[in-house]
Amino acid sequence: MPDKTFLDTNEIVINMGPQHPSTHGVLRVILKLDGEKVLGTECIIGYLHRGVEKIAENRTYTMFNPYVDRMDYVAAVSNGLGYCEAVEKLLNVQAPPRAQYVRTILTELNRISSHLLWLGTHALDIGAITPLFYTFREREEVLKIFEAYCGARLTTHAFRIGGLQYETYDGFEEQVKAFCNIFPAKLGEYEALLTGNRIWLGRTKGVGVLNTAEAIDLGVTGPVLRASGLKWDIRKAQPYAAYEEFDFDIPVGENGDTFDRYVVRMEEMRQSLRIIEQAVGRIPEGPVMAKVPKIIKPPAGEVYHSIEAPKGELGYFVVSDGSTQPYRVRIRPPSFVNLQALDRMVRGHLVADVVAIIGTIDIVLGEVDR
Amino acid sequence: MADDPREDKKREDKQKEEGTPQPPPAPAKPAAEPPKVEAKAPAAPPAPPKPPAGPAPEPWNSELTASLRERFPEVSIEALSYLGQNFLVLPPESFLPVAGYLKSECGFDMLADLTAVDYPKREKRFEVIYQFYSFPRNERLRLKVPLGEEESVESATPLWSAANWLEREVFDMFGIRFANHPNLKRILLPEEWQGHPLRKDYGLTQQDVKWVQENLHIESGQ
Repeated sequence: MPDKTFLDTNEIVINMGPQHPSTHGVLRVILKLDGEKVLGTECIIGYLHRGVEKIAENRTYTMFNPYVDRMDYVAAVSNGLGYCEAVEKLLNVQAPPRAQYVRTILTELNRISSHLLWLGTHALDIGAITPLFYTFREREEVLKIFEAYCGARLTTHAFRIGGLQYETYDGFEEQVKAFCNIFPAKLGEYEALLTGNRIWLGRTKGVGVLNTAEAIDLGVTGPVLRASGLKWDIRKAQPYAAYEEFDFDIPVGENGDTFDRYVVRMEEMRQSLRIIEQAVGRIPEGPVMAKVPKIIKPPAGEVYHSIEAPKGELGYFVVSDGSTQPYRVRIRPPSFVNLQALDRMVRGHLVADVVAIIGTIDIVLGEVDR
Repeated sequence: MADDPREDKKREDKQKEEGTPQPPPAPAKPAAEPPKVEAKAPAAPPAPPKPPAGPAPEPWNSELTASLRERFPEVSIEALSYLGQNFLVLPPESFLPVAGYLKSECGFDMLADLTAVDYPKREKRFEVIYQFYSFPRNERLRLKVPLGEEESVESATPLWSAANWLEREVFDMFGIRFANHPNLKRILLPEEWQGHPLRKDYGLTQQDVKWVQENLHIESGQ
């Protein structure tokens, strides 16, 4: 045919993952391409599905607590906080102030460690190898605090329904303060490596743009939503734990691109540090556990409670039938909902940008698949 | 001894057996609650700061419910509040217009979550649950739509793109169909899998043995 020349392109469909280093786990993306341009995607997920919600119905409230750590395993402390607070709401119990402060400190430390892991791997995906070593160095300091506090580094099971199992260890405050002292300079180091770096700017500016309306329509939350220009953080909008008592700002972006999401998360680490510094100096004295019966048996009813996890809104919808086991636990995973925005963000970009955009959404497949 | 959860579970099962003959995995009925709490009271002196029976959902009246009733006089909307969380119960056929009204007129612009709960003993077995959030009002609202096993509800995808995957997950886990969904297929489990795991009649260790044998080439892992 005369209108078909040898320069014609065909649409091709290629498969990326599930065993692909930049998909951060076992995410499979089917890409429809025109040359190197992405026309559309389909995500295939579920490789890590363990049926956490089904398990919940067959465990007591206390027994299910450690399972939530296995969803977003780089932010296990946040997962535990959301679950414990949801059940406390159902029980109509409040954790004592001392527990609230310690919870806030540990959760914010966890936000920093989660963001550090994101930064290191995201930069690695794009080709900057050095930041990974830097961020893991500081992440180690945070994990050491977790380890000293509860014996575990990742799946911490740090909180209990009603407060804390353990009193803080001797030297906890000093160790946290020491981290607060060294960390700002380290953040400066990361930024010196990336913020003005021409390759970094070229790979992130204008890539994967999501405007505010699209972000709301897709239910996207967390740093991705804030980078799209909406100043919304559950810690401010509907405060929980002890967040009401601290001053901190909510960083927002303007363009909703990958670079803005980078800037927002970097600033969030500074704000987390501010919260920790305020909290650690004035942890109130008192018990760390509220009066909670040993057998947790909330009255029949249901509650939805959500917190600002490092990746976005983490919600727990717990239905009780008055027995020792939850009738239903629904977990609203931020990664699952945010990942849905991938298709909208990659259309029209190059294959290499898919890698950058998966990194910038900051997903953990353990949470996507549950 | 009385504080051992296993003991408690045993006692509960025993009570259940004495009451109505039920299969063990079925959840305790709330009706069996009051005598149990009384029986436990002497064993646990530091009583929790809660009434034993627990609060009941209260009727919820506000500007929002009034405007909804005015706008949809023919729809039976139940408005309740529990632990300070407001929710509406709606019949499935009026879901889409009411949700559209909530989104466009009342400012509930985000669909935060969409899920379902299975109550096999109820006349309408499923309850589809929508969690809305309003940025301008800084308010959450829960919408519940009871559904029979064969019934379906309109998909929320025309209003919120977020509903796409969430509805697929509910379809996958419960087998609830959403009418006019653009791509209603399983999302977490393999597409050929048989059964819907979050239904109450699906056992904890149950699996699609045929699928496992054919695709993983192993006998059942259980």
